[in-house]
Amino acid sequence: MVHDTAPDEALRASSGGPPSGGGARTVRSRPRTRRLDRQTFAAWVLVLPFVLLFVAFTAGPVLGSLGMSFTDMRQRDLRTPFAVNGVGFDNYVKALSDETFRKAAFNTAYFVILGVPLTLVVALAAAVLLDRGVKRFQSLFKVGYYLPVVTSIVAIAVIWRFVLSPDAGLLNTVLGWVGIDGPNWLASRTWAMPSLIAMAVWRNFGSAMIIFLAGLQGIPASVEEAGQLDGASSWQRFRYLILPLLRPTVLFTSVTTGIGYLQFFEEPLVMTQGGPLNSTLSVSMYTYQQFGFGNYGLATSMAYILFVVIAVVTFIQFRLLREK
Amino acid sequence: MRRTWWIYVIGALGLLAVAAPFLWMVLGSFKTQGELLRVPPTWWPDKPTTQNYRDLFGKASFPRYFLNSTVVALVVTAGNLTFCSMIGYALAKLRFKGRNALFVLVMATLMIPGMVTFVPLFVLVTNAGLANSYPGLILPFLVSPFGVFLMRQFFLGLPDDLMDAGRVDGTSELGIFARIMLPLTRPALATLGILTFLGSWNNFLWPLVVAQTEDKYTLPVALALYSTGQNAQNFGLLMAGAVVVVLPVLVMFLAFQRHVTKGIAITGLK
Repeated sequence: MVHDTAPDEALRASSGGPPSGGGARTVRSRPRTRRLDRQTFAAWVLVLPFVLLFVAFTAGPVLGSLGMSFTDMRQRDLRTPFAVNGVGFDNYVKALSDETFRKAAFNTAYFVILGVPLTLVVALAAAVLLDRGVKRFQSLFKVGYYLPVVTSIVAIAVIWRFVLSPDAGLLNTVLGWVGIDGPNWLASRTWAMPSLIAMAVWRNFGSAMIIFLAGLQGIPASVEEAGQLDGASSWQRFRYLILPLLRPTVLFTSVTTGIGYLQFFEEPLVMTQGGPLNSTLSVSMYTYQQFGFGNYGLATSMAYILFVVIAVVTFIQFRLLREK
Repeated sequence: MRRTWWIYVIGALGLLAVAAPFLWMVLGSFKTQGELLRVPPTWWPDKPTTQNYRDLFGKASFPRYFLNSTVVALVVTAGNLTFCSMIGYALAKLRFKGRNALFVLVMATLMIPGMVTFVPLFVLVTNAGLANSYPGLILPFLVSPFGVFLMRQFFLGLPDDLMDAGRVDGTSELGIFARIMLPLTRPALATLGILTFLGSWNNFLWPLVVAQTEDKYTLPVALALYSTGQNAQNFGLLMAGAVVVVLPVLVMFLAFQRHVTKGIAITGLK
Protein backbone atom coordinates (compact mmCIF):
# COMPACT_ATOMS: atom_id res chain seq x y z
CA MET A 1 0.00 0.00 0.00
CA VAL A 2 2.55 2.49 1.13
CA HIS A 3 4.88 1.56 -1.68
CA ASP A 4 2.21 2.21 -4.31
CA THR A 5 1.60 5.78 -3.30
CA ALA A 6 5.06 6.70 -2.11
CA PRO A 7 6.56 8.37 -5.24
CA ASP A 8 3.49 10.47 -5.78
CA GLU A 9 3.37 11.48 -2.14
CA ALA A 10 7.03 12.23 -1.99
CA LEU A 11 6.75 14.52 -4.98
CA ARG A 12 3.89 16.34 -3.32
CA ALA A 13 5.67 16.57 -0.01
CA SER A 14 8.86 17.93 -1.50
CA SER A 15 7.25 20.36 -3.93
CA GLY A 16 5.41 21.90 -1.01
CA GLY A 17 2.50 22.78 -3.29
CA PRO A 18 -1.12 21.88 -2.65
CA PRO A 19 -1.88 18.21 -3.07
CA SER A 20 -3.53 17.37 -6.37
CA GLY A 21 -7.05 15.98 -6.23
CA GLY A 22 -7.85 12.30 -6.08
CA GLY A 23 -5.66 9.68 -4.44
CA ALA A 24 -6.34 7.83 -1.27
CA ARG A 25 -6.32 10.81 1.06
CA THR A 26 -8.93 13.50 1.25
CA VAL A 27 -7.85 17.02 0.50
CA ARG A 28 -8.60 19.43 3.30
CA SER A 29 -8.54 23.16 2.89
CA ARG A 30 -7.48 24.16 6.40
CA PRO A 31 -3.67 24.54 6.36
CA ARG A 32 -3.17 23.25 9.90
CA THR A 33 -4.75 19.89 9.16
CA ARG A 34 -2.82 19.62 5.92
CA ARG A 35 0.40 20.22 7.76
CA LEU A 36 -0.44 17.47 10.21
CA ASP A 37 -1.18 15.21 7.29
CA ARG A 38 2.15 15.96 5.71
CA GLN A 39 3.74 15.33 9.09
CA THR A 40 2.09 11.92 9.26
CA PHE A 41 3.35 11.09 5.80
CA ALA A 42 6.88 12.29 6.56
CA ALA A 43 6.82 10.33 9.81
CA TRP A 44 5.93 7.15 7.94
CA VAL A 45 8.74 7.65 5.46
CA LEU A 46 11.21 8.22 8.30
CA VAL A 47 9.96 5.35 10.45
CA LEU A 48 9.49 2.72 7.75
CA PRO A 49 13.07 1.46 7.20
CA PHE A 50 13.59 1.04 10.92
CA VAL A 51 10.26 -0.67 11.42
CA LEU A 52 10.89 -3.15 8.60
CA LEU A 53 14.32 -4.10 9.94
CA PHE A 54 13.04 -4.13 13.52
CA VAL A 55 10.13 -6.43 12.68
CA ALA A 56 12.30 -8.78 10.64
CA PHE A 57 15.28 -9.03 12.96
CA THR A 58 14.01 -8.20 16.46
CA ALA A 59 10.24 -8.28 17.02
CA GLY A 60 9.69 -11.22 14.67
CA PRO A 61 12.40 -13.38 16.25
CA VAL A 62 11.18 -12.50 19.77
CA LEU A 63 7.74 -13.91 18.91
CA GLY A 64 9.23 -16.72 16.83
CA SER A 65 11.32 -17.72 19.80
CA LEU A 66 8.28 -17.84 22.05
CA GLY A 67 6.43 -20.05 19.55
CA MET A 68 9.48 -22.25 19.06
CA SER A 69 9.79 -22.85 22.81
CA PHE A 70 6.48 -24.75 22.73
CA THR A 71 7.58 -27.07 19.93
CA ASP A 72 9.94 -30.01 19.53
CA MET A 73 11.98 -28.14 16.90
CA ARG A 74 15.44 -29.55 16.31
CA GLN A 75 18.24 -28.88 13.89
CA ARG A 76 16.80 -31.26 11.26
CA ASP A 77 13.75 -28.94 11.08
CA LEU A 78 15.97 -25.97 10.18
CA ARG A 79 14.65 -25.81 6.61
CA THR A 80 11.04 -26.52 7.56
CA PRO A 81 10.52 -24.47 10.74
CA PHE A 82 6.73 -24.69 10.52
CA ALA A 83 6.52 -28.47 10.20
CA VAL A 84 7.10 -29.16 13.90
CA ASN A 85 4.91 -30.50 16.66
CA GLY A 86 3.60 -28.55 19.62
CA VAL A 87 4.67 -30.02 22.94
CA GLY A 88 3.08 -27.59 25.38
CA PHE A 89 5.26 -26.75 28.35
CA ASP A 90 7.45 -29.85 27.95
CA ASN A 91 10.59 -27.84 27.14
CA TYR A 92 10.13 -25.62 30.19
CA VAL A 93 9.56 -28.62 32.45
CA LYS A 94 12.59 -30.34 30.95
CA ALA A 95 14.78 -27.25 31.41
CA LEU A 96 13.74 -26.62 35.01
CA SER A 97 14.22 -30.26 36.03
CA ASP A 98 17.61 -30.48 34.29
CA GLU A 99 20.40 -30.78 36.87
CA THR A 100 22.88 -28.93 34.62
CA PHE A 101 20.44 -26.09 33.97
CA ARG A 102 20.01 -25.63 37.72
CA LYS A 103 23.75 -25.61 38.14
CA ALA A 104 23.97 -22.95 35.40
CA ALA A 105 21.24 -20.93 37.15
CA PHE A 106 23.15 -21.13 40.42
CA ASN A 107 26.37 -20.03 38.70
CA THR A 108 24.58 -17.10 37.04
CA ALA A 109 23.12 -16.01 40.39
CA TYR A 110 26.58 -16.30 41.98
CA PHE A 111 28.05 -14.14 39.22
CA VAL A 112 25.31 -11.49 39.45
CA ILE A 113 25.02 -11.30 43.24
CA LEU A 114 28.75 -10.81 43.68
CA GLY A 115 29.54 -9.13 40.38
CA VAL A 116 26.96 -6.34 40.24
CA PRO A 117 27.62 -4.81 43.70
CA LEU A 118 31.38 -5.14 43.25
CA THR A 119 31.24 -3.44 39.86
CA LEU A 120 29.08 -0.62 41.19
CA VAL A 121 31.21 -0.07 44.29
CA VAL A 122 34.43 0.08 42.27
CA ALA A 123 32.74 2.34 39.71
CA LEU A 124 31.41 4.69 42.38
CA ALA A 125 34.76 4.79 44.20
CA ALA A 126 36.53 5.62 40.95
CA ALA A 127 33.96 8.29 40.11
CA VAL A 128 34.27 9.95 43.54
CA LEU A 129 38.05 9.77 43.27
CA LEU A 130 37.96 11.56 39.92
CA ASP A 131 35.26 14.04 40.89
CA ARG A 132 36.68 15.11 44.26
CA GLY A 133 40.39 14.42 44.17
CA VAL A 134 41.83 14.18 40.70
CA LYS A 135 41.56 17.53 39.01
CA ARG A 136 44.68 17.40 36.90
CA PHE A 137 44.85 14.66 34.25
CA GLN A 138 41.21 13.82 34.99
CA SER A 139 40.45 12.81 31.41
CA LEU A 140 43.59 10.64 31.29
CA PHE A 141 42.29 8.64 34.25
CA LYS A 142 38.78 8.58 32.84
CA VAL A 143 39.91 7.26 29.48
CA GLY A 144 42.27 4.77 31.10
CA TYR A 145 39.60 3.27 33.33
CA TYR A 146 37.19 3.11 30.41
CA LEU A 147 39.62 1.35 28.09
CA PRO A 148 38.66 -2.28 28.90
CA VAL A 149 35.00 -1.50 28.13
CA VAL A 150 35.75 -0.86 24.47
CA THR A 151 38.09 -3.83 24.09
CA SER A 152 37.05 -7.06 22.39
CA ILE A 153 36.19 -9.77 24.92
CA VAL A 154 38.10 -12.28 22.83
CA ALA A 155 41.28 -10.23 23.01
CA ILE A 156 40.71 -9.70 26.73
CA ALA A 157 40.30 -13.45 27.18
CA VAL A 158 43.59 -14.11 25.41
CA ILE A 159 45.36 -11.59 27.64
CA TRP A 160 43.70 -12.73 30.87
CA ARG A 161 44.27 -16.41 30.27
CA PHE A 162 47.91 -15.45 30.11
CA VAL A 163 47.74 -13.17 33.15
CA LEU A 164 46.07 -15.96 35.15
CA SER A 165 48.24 -18.82 33.92
CA PRO A 166 49.71 -20.73 36.89
CA ASP A 167 53.48 -20.44 36.40
CA ALA A 168 54.36 -17.82 33.80
CA GLY A 169 51.33 -15.67 34.69
CA LEU A 170 51.53 -12.01 35.71
CA LEU A 171 49.18 -12.38 38.68
CA ASN A 172 50.92 -15.33 40.33
CA THR A 173 54.29 -13.66 39.76
CA VAL A 174 53.11 -10.54 41.58
CA LEU A 175 51.57 -12.68 44.34
CA GLY A 176 54.88 -14.55 44.57
CA TRP A 177 56.66 -11.28 45.49
CA VAL A 178 54.62 -11.14 48.70
CA GLY A 179 55.03 -14.84 49.38
CA ILE A 180 51.63 -16.08 48.19
CA ASP A 181 51.59 -19.25 46.10
CA GLY A 182 48.69 -18.53 43.72
CA PRO A 183 46.53 -21.40 42.46
CA ASN A 184 45.88 -22.42 38.86
CA TRP A 185 43.00 -19.96 38.76
CA LEU A 186 40.97 -21.09 35.77
CA ALA A 187 41.44 -24.82 36.37
CA SER A 188 40.19 -24.67 39.96
CA ARG A 189 36.52 -25.29 40.72
CA THR A 190 36.80 -22.89 43.64
CA TRP A 191 38.70 -20.10 41.93
CA ALA A 192 37.45 -20.17 38.32
CA MET A 193 34.25 -18.26 39.04
CA PRO A 194 35.83 -15.59 41.29
CA SER A 195 38.42 -15.11 38.54
CA LEU A 196 35.69 -14.48 35.98
CA ILE A 197 33.95 -12.09 38.38
CA ALA A 198 37.18 -10.17 38.93
CA MET A 199 37.68 -9.99 35.19
CA ALA A 200 34.11 -8.76 34.65
CA VAL A 201 34.55 -6.04 37.28
CA TRP A 202 37.86 -5.02 35.69
CA ARG A 203 36.26 -4.94 32.27
CA ASN A 204 32.94 -3.23 33.04
CA PHE A 205 33.33 -0.77 35.91
CA GLY A 206 34.36 1.98 33.48
CA SER A 207 30.93 2.44 31.96
CA ALA A 208 29.13 2.73 35.32
CA MET A 209 31.93 5.08 36.45
CA ILE A 210 31.23 7.49 33.56
CA ILE A 211 27.55 7.61 34.52
CA PHE A 212 28.29 8.09 38.23
CA LEU A 213 30.74 10.85 37.34
CA ALA A 214 28.09 12.67 35.31
CA GLY A 215 25.67 12.22 38.23
CA LEU A 216 28.18 13.59 40.76
CA GLN A 217 28.98 16.56 38.58
CA GLY A 218 25.27 17.37 38.44
CA ILE A 219 25.11 17.82 42.22
CA PRO A 220 25.64 21.48 43.16
CA ALA A 221 28.62 22.27 45.39
CA SER A 222 26.26 24.05 47.82
CA VAL A 223 25.01 20.66 49.02
CA GLU A 224 28.47 19.71 50.27
CA GLU A 225 29.08 23.18 51.68
CA ALA A 226 25.86 23.01 53.69
CA GLY A 227 27.03 19.70 55.14
CA GLN A 228 30.43 21.19 55.98
CA LEU A 229 28.80 24.08 57.83
CA ASP A 230 26.81 21.57 59.89
CA GLY A 231 30.06 19.85 60.79
CA ALA A 232 29.41 16.59 58.99
CA SER A 233 32.46 14.45 58.28
CA SER A 234 33.32 13.73 54.66
CA TRP A 235 31.96 10.16 55.00
CA GLN A 236 28.72 11.48 56.56
CA ARG A 237 28.38 14.05 53.79
CA PHE A 238 28.81 11.33 51.18
CA ARG A 239 26.50 8.85 52.89
CA TYR A 240 23.65 11.17 53.85
CA LEU A 241 23.82 14.01 51.32
CA ILE A 242 25.45 12.83 48.10
CA LEU A 243 24.36 9.19 47.93
CA PRO A 244 20.60 9.90 48.25
CA LEU A 245 20.88 12.43 45.42
CA LEU A 246 22.58 9.78 43.30
CA ARG A 247 19.64 7.40 43.66
CA PRO A 248 18.43 7.69 40.02
CA THR A 249 21.96 7.10 38.79
CA VAL A 250 22.39 4.09 41.08
CA LEU A 251 19.08 2.73 39.78
CA PHE A 252 20.13 3.16 36.16
CA THR A 253 23.56 1.59 36.58
CA SER A 254 22.31 -1.30 38.70
CA VAL A 255 19.57 -2.08 36.17
CA THR A 256 21.86 -1.96 33.14
CA THR A 257 24.69 -3.83 34.87
CA GLY A 258 22.20 -6.39 36.21
CA ILE A 259 20.66 -7.01 32.77
CA GLY A 260 24.12 -7.42 31.29
CA TYR A 261 25.47 -9.72 34.01
CA LEU A 262 22.39 -11.96 34.04
CA GLN A 263 23.24 -12.74 30.42
CA PHE A 264 26.92 -13.38 31.09
CA PHE A 265 28.15 -15.64 28.38
CA GLU A 266 31.24 -14.58 26.51
CA GLU A 267 33.57 -14.72 29.52
CA PRO A 268 33.08 -18.44 30.23
CA LEU A 269 32.81 -19.24 26.53
CA VAL A 270 36.25 -17.90 25.72
CA MET A 271 37.98 -18.41 29.08
CA THR A 272 36.83 -21.74 30.49
CA GLN A 273 34.25 -23.25 28.09
CA GLY A 274 32.08 -23.46 31.21
CA GLY A 275 34.52 -25.65 33.11
CA PRO A 276 36.07 -27.00 35.18
CA LEU A 277 33.18 -29.46 35.72
CA ASN A 278 30.53 -26.87 34.76
CA SER A 279 31.61 -24.59 37.62
CA THR A 280 31.47 -21.52 35.32
CA LEU A 281 28.63 -22.62 33.04
CA SER A 282 26.05 -19.81 32.78
CA VAL A 283 22.41 -19.97 31.68
CA SER A 284 23.16 -18.14 28.43
CA MET A 285 26.05 -20.43 27.73
CA TYR A 286 24.07 -23.58 28.45
CA THR A 287 21.35 -22.24 26.15
CA TYR A 288 23.97 -21.75 23.46
CA GLN A 289 25.23 -25.31 24.03
CA GLN A 290 21.71 -26.68 23.59
CA PHE A 291 21.48 -24.70 20.35
CA GLY A 292 24.77 -26.29 19.33
CA PHE A 293 23.37 -29.77 20.09
CA GLY A 294 20.47 -28.90 17.76
CA ASN A 295 17.80 -28.71 20.50
CA TYR A 296 16.21 -25.48 19.24
CA GLY A 297 12.91 -25.82 21.12
CA LEU A 298 14.66 -26.49 24.41
CA ALA A 299 17.18 -23.68 23.83
CA THR A 300 14.45 -21.08 23.21
CA SER A 301 12.55 -22.15 26.34
CA MET A 302 15.73 -21.63 28.39
CA ALA A 303 16.18 -18.20 26.80
CA TYR A 304 12.62 -17.29 27.77
CA ILE A 305 13.13 -18.44 31.35
CA LEU A 306 16.13 -16.11 31.49
CA PHE A 307 14.03 -13.32 29.98
CA VAL A 308 11.38 -13.72 32.69
CA VAL A 309 14.05 -13.69 35.41
CA ILE A 310 15.59 -10.52 33.95
CA ALA A 311 12.18 -8.83 33.81
CA VAL A 312 11.44 -9.79 37.44
CA VAL A 313 14.86 -8.68 38.72
CA THR A 314 14.58 -5.37 36.85
CA PHE A 315 11.12 -4.81 38.32
CA ILE A 316 12.40 -5.51 41.84
CA GLN A 317 15.28 -3.09 41.34
CA PHE A 318 12.84 -0.38 40.27
CA ARG A 319 10.70 -1.02 43.35
CA LEU A 320 13.63 -0.95 45.74
CA LEU A 321 15.46 2.04 44.30
CA ARG A 322 12.75 4.33 42.95
CA GLU A 323 12.28 7.81 44.36
CA LYS A 324 10.42 7.73 47.64
CA MET B 1 45.60 20.42 49.45
CA ARG B 2 47.69 18.31 51.79
CA ARG B 3 45.42 15.33 51.13
CA THR B 4 45.60 15.31 47.37
CA TRP B 5 48.86 13.43 46.79
CA TRP B 6 47.62 10.09 48.07
CA ILE B 7 44.48 10.37 45.93
CA TYR B 8 46.74 10.54 42.92
CA VAL B 9 48.68 7.52 44.18
CA ILE B 10 45.47 5.47 44.47
CA GLY B 11 44.31 6.68 41.07
CA ALA B 12 47.64 5.79 39.50
CA LEU B 13 47.64 2.32 41.11
CA GLY B 14 44.16 1.77 39.69
CA LEU B 15 45.35 2.91 36.30
CA LEU B 16 48.25 0.48 36.52
CA ALA B 17 45.87 -2.39 37.36
CA VAL B 18 43.74 -1.53 34.34
CA ALA B 19 46.61 -0.94 31.95
CA ALA B 20 49.08 -3.65 33.00
CA PRO B 21 47.38 -6.49 31.10
CA PHE B 22 47.36 -4.33 27.96
CA LEU B 23 51.02 -3.42 28.31
CA TRP B 24 51.87 -7.04 28.92
CA MET B 25 50.00 -8.00 25.76
CA VAL B 26 51.90 -5.49 23.62
CA LEU B 27 55.28 -6.46 25.11
CA GLY B 28 54.41 -10.16 24.86
CA SER B 29 53.65 -9.87 21.16
CA PHE B 30 57.32 -9.01 20.58
CA LYS B 31 58.67 -11.99 22.54
CA THR B 32 59.71 -15.39 21.26
CA GLN B 33 57.77 -18.50 22.24
CA GLY B 34 60.68 -19.58 24.42
CA GLU B 35 60.69 -16.33 26.35
CA LEU B 36 56.92 -16.38 26.81
CA LEU B 37 57.15 -19.77 28.54
CA ARG B 38 59.99 -18.74 30.83
CA VAL B 39 59.43 -18.90 34.61
CA PRO B 40 59.56 -16.36 36.15
CA PRO B 41 58.16 -14.32 33.23
CA THR B 42 60.05 -11.35 31.80
CA TRP B 43 58.59 -7.85 31.49
CA TRP B 44 60.64 -6.32 28.68
CA PRO B 45 61.32 -8.58 25.66
CA ASP B 46 64.85 -10.02 25.85
CA LYS B 47 65.38 -10.09 22.11
CA PRO B 48 62.48 -8.19 20.54
CA THR B 49 61.18 -9.89 17.40
CA THR B 50 58.48 -9.05 14.87
CA GLN B 51 58.18 -12.70 13.86
CA ASN B 52 54.73 -13.03 15.45
CA TYR B 53 53.34 -10.21 13.32
CA ARG B 54 54.98 -11.58 10.19
CA ASP B 55 53.34 -14.96 10.88
CA LEU B 56 50.02 -13.29 11.51
CA PHE B 57 49.98 -11.38 8.23
CA GLY B 58 51.89 -13.97 6.21
CA LYS B 59 50.84 -17.49 7.15
CA ALA B 60 47.52 -16.66 8.79
CA SER B 61 44.88 -14.77 6.77
CA PHE B 62 44.63 -11.83 9.15
CA PRO B 63 44.46 -9.21 6.40
CA ARG B 64 41.28 -10.91 5.19
CA TYR B 65 39.73 -10.97 8.68
CA PHE B 66 40.71 -7.34 9.13
CA LEU B 67 38.95 -6.45 5.88
CA ASN B 68 35.81 -8.39 6.89
CA SER B 69 35.63 -6.70 10.29
CA THR B 70 36.10 -3.28 8.68
CA VAL B 71 33.45 -3.77 5.97
CA VAL B 72 30.87 -5.13 8.42
CA ALA B 73 31.52 -2.40 10.99
CA LEU B 74 31.36 0.41 8.40
CA VAL B 75 28.08 -0.75 6.86
CA VAL B 76 26.49 -1.40 10.26
CA THR B 77 27.55 2.08 11.40
CA ALA B 78 26.20 3.74 8.26
CA GLY B 79 22.89 1.91 8.69
CA ASN B 80 22.51 2.94 12.31
CA LEU B 81 23.37 6.57 11.62
CA THR B 82 20.82 6.75 8.80
CA PHE B 83 17.89 4.77 10.17
CA CYS B 84 18.17 5.65 13.86
CA SER B 85 18.37 9.38 13.13
CA MET B 86 15.34 9.11 10.84
CA ILE B 87 13.10 7.36 13.36
CA GLY B 88 14.61 9.30 16.25
CA TYR B 89 13.52 12.55 14.59
CA ALA B 90 10.03 11.22 13.87
CA LEU B 91 9.60 10.05 17.47
CA ALA B 92 10.83 13.33 18.92
CA LYS B 93 9.42 15.96 16.58
CA LEU B 94 6.58 14.70 14.41
CA ARG B 95 2.99 13.97 15.39
CA PHE B 96 1.59 10.70 14.15
CA LYS B 97 -0.66 7.95 15.39
CA GLY B 98 1.08 5.17 17.28
CA ARG B 99 4.14 7.25 18.09
CA ASN B 100 4.23 6.50 21.80
CA ALA B 101 3.35 2.84 21.30
CA LEU B 102 6.23 2.51 18.84
CA PHE B 103 8.66 4.15 21.23
CA VAL B 104 7.61 1.95 24.16
CA LEU B 105 7.87 -1.15 21.97
CA VAL B 106 11.40 -0.30 20.85
CA MET B 107 12.54 0.49 24.39
CA ALA B 108 11.03 -2.73 25.74
CA THR B 109 13.39 -4.75 23.55
CA LEU B 110 16.38 -3.30 25.43
CA MET B 111 15.56 -5.71 28.25
CA ILE B 112 15.28 -8.81 26.07
CA PRO B 113 18.34 -11.04 26.29
CA GLY B 114 20.21 -11.63 23.06
CA MET B 115 19.73 -15.36 23.46
CA VAL B 116 15.95 -14.98 22.96
CA THR B 117 16.27 -13.77 19.37
CA PHE B 118 19.36 -15.80 18.61
CA VAL B 119 17.85 -19.14 17.53
CA PRO B 120 14.98 -17.82 15.35
CA LEU B 121 17.37 -15.31 13.81
CA PHE B 122 19.68 -18.14 12.85
CA VAL B 123 16.76 -20.09 11.35
CA LEU B 124 15.62 -16.99 9.46
CA VAL B 125 19.04 -16.11 8.08
CA THR B 126 19.73 -19.70 7.05
CA ASN B 127 16.41 -20.03 5.21
CA ALA B 128 16.90 -16.67 3.51
CA GLY B 129 20.14 -18.07 2.11
CA LEU B 130 22.19 -15.48 4.00
CA ALA B 131 24.29 -17.79 6.16
CA ASN B 132 27.99 -17.28 5.60
CA SER B 133 27.48 -14.01 3.73
CA TYR B 134 28.10 -10.32 4.40
CA PRO B 135 24.34 -9.52 4.42
CA GLY B 136 23.88 -12.26 7.02
CA LEU B 137 26.54 -10.65 9.19
CA ILE B 138 25.23 -7.12 8.69
CA LEU B 139 21.42 -7.04 8.34
CA PRO B 140 20.44 -7.98 11.93
CA PHE B 141 22.52 -5.07 13.28
CA LEU B 142 21.56 -2.24 10.92
CA VAL B 143 19.32 -0.67 13.56
CA SER B 144 19.48 -0.67 17.36
CA PRO B 145 17.05 0.42 20.10
CA PHE B 146 19.94 2.20 21.82
CA GLY B 147 20.57 4.26 18.68
CA VAL B 148 16.91 5.24 18.48
CA PHE B 149 16.91 6.30 22.11
CA LEU B 150 20.09 8.35 21.76
CA MET B 151 18.92 10.18 18.64
CA ARG B 152 15.43 10.78 20.02
CA GLN B 153 16.84 12.28 23.21
CA PHE B 154 19.06 14.58 21.20
CA PHE B 155 16.31 15.72 18.82
CA LEU B 156 14.05 16.43 21.82
CA GLY B 157 16.59 19.01 22.95
CA LEU B 158 16.44 20.98 19.68
CA PRO B 159 13.96 23.90 19.53
CA ASP B 160 10.77 23.56 17.47
CA ASP B 161 11.17 27.12 16.18
CA LEU B 162 13.69 25.91 13.62
CA MET B 163 11.15 23.53 12.14
CA ASP B 164 8.45 26.20 12.05
CA ALA B 165 10.82 28.58 10.31
CA GLY B 166 11.48 25.90 7.70
CA ARG B 167 7.76 25.36 7.20
CA VAL B 168 7.19 29.09 6.71
CA ASP B 169 9.90 29.05 4.05
CA GLY B 170 8.02 26.23 2.30
CA THR B 171 10.56 23.52 3.01
CA SER B 172 9.06 20.03 2.92
CA GLU B 173 8.89 17.97 6.11
CA LEU B 174 11.62 15.65 4.89
CA GLY B 175 13.68 18.65 3.84
CA ILE B 176 13.34 20.11 7.34
CA PHE B 177 14.68 16.85 8.75
CA ALA B 178 17.52 16.39 6.30
CA ARG B 179 18.69 19.96 5.74
CA ILE B 180 17.82 21.82 8.95
CA MET B 181 17.63 19.43 11.89
CA LEU B 182 20.00 16.59 11.01
CA PRO B 183 23.11 18.80 10.64
CA LEU B 184 22.52 20.04 14.20
CA THR B 185 22.83 16.52 15.62
CA ARG B 186 26.47 16.08 14.64
CA PRO B 187 27.63 15.47 18.26
CA ALA B 188 24.99 12.77 18.74
CA LEU B 189 25.84 11.22 15.38
CA ALA B 190 29.50 11.14 16.36
CA THR B 191 28.63 9.37 19.62
CA LEU B 192 26.33 6.88 17.93
CA GLY B 193 28.80 6.28 15.11
CA ILE B 194 31.75 5.54 17.35
CA LEU B 195 29.77 3.35 19.76
CA THR B 196 28.21 1.39 16.91
CA PHE B 197 31.54 0.89 15.21
CA LEU B 198 33.13 -0.34 18.44
CA GLY B 199 30.20 -2.64 19.13
CA SER B 200 30.29 -4.14 15.66
CA TRP B 201 34.06 -4.52 15.68
CA ASN B 202 33.92 -6.41 18.98
CA ASN B 203 30.76 -8.38 18.16
CA PHE B 204 31.52 -12.05 18.64
CA LEU B 205 28.64 -14.50 19.04
CA TRP B 206 26.70 -13.79 15.85
CA PRO B 207 29.68 -13.82 13.45
CA LEU B 208 30.92 -16.97 15.23
CA VAL B 209 27.76 -18.77 14.14
CA VAL B 210 27.08 -17.08 10.78
CA ALA B 211 30.61 -16.94 9.36
CA GLN B 212 31.21 -20.57 8.53
CA THR B 213 34.20 -20.43 6.21
CA GLU B 214 37.48 -18.71 6.81
CA ASP B 215 36.98 -16.05 4.13
CA LYS B 216 34.03 -14.63 6.13
CA TYR B 217 35.63 -14.65 9.61
CA THR B 218 35.82 -11.39 11.47
CA LEU B 219 38.83 -10.66 13.69
CA PRO B 220 37.31 -11.76 17.04
CA VAL B 221 36.03 -15.00 15.50
CA ALA B 222 39.43 -15.76 13.99
CA LEU B 223 41.24 -14.94 17.24
CA ALA B 224 38.85 -17.10 19.28
CA LEU B 225 39.27 -20.06 16.93
CA TYR B 226 43.05 -19.62 16.90
CA SER B 227 43.16 -19.53 20.68
CA THR B 228 41.25 -22.80 21.00
CA GLY B 229 42.55 -24.60 17.91
CA GLN B 230 45.95 -25.88 16.89
CA ASN B 231 47.54 -22.49 17.61
CA ALA B 232 46.35 -22.51 21.24
CA GLN B 233 49.90 -22.89 22.50
CA ASN B 234 51.43 -20.36 20.10
CA PHE B 235 51.24 -17.55 22.66
CA GLY B 236 53.23 -15.01 20.68
CA LEU B 237 50.91 -15.34 17.69
CA LEU B 238 47.85 -14.97 19.95
CA MET B 239 49.29 -11.89 21.67
CA ALA B 240 50.01 -10.29 18.30
CA GLY B 241 46.49 -11.23 17.16
CA ALA B 242 45.03 -9.60 20.26
CA VAL B 243 47.03 -6.44 19.55
CA VAL B 244 45.66 -6.34 15.99
CA VAL B 245 42.10 -6.72 17.29
CA VAL B 246 42.51 -4.10 20.03
CA LEU B 247 44.69 -1.47 18.40
CA PRO B 248 42.24 0.00 15.83
CA VAL B 249 39.47 0.51 18.40
CA LEU B 250 42.00 1.86 20.86
CA VAL B 251 43.19 4.53 18.43
CA MET B 252 39.62 5.32 17.43
CA PHE B 253 38.45 5.50 21.03
CA LEU B 254 41.30 7.81 22.04
CA ALA B 255 40.57 10.08 19.08
CA PHE B 256 36.84 10.32 19.85
CA GLN B 257 36.77 9.61 23.60
CA ARG B 258 34.99 12.88 24.40
CA HIS B 259 31.99 11.81 22.29
CA VAL B 260 31.92 8.35 23.83
CA THR B 261 31.95 9.43 27.46
CA LYS B 262 29.53 12.29 26.81
CA GLY B 263 27.09 10.00 24.99
CA ILE B 264 27.15 7.40 27.76
CA ALA B 265 26.48 10.09 30.32
CA ILE B 266 23.56 11.54 28.31
CA THR B 267 21.77 8.21 28.01
CA GLY B 268 22.31 7.54 31.69
CA LEU B 269 20.90 10.75 33.02
CA LYS B 270 17.73 11.37 31.05
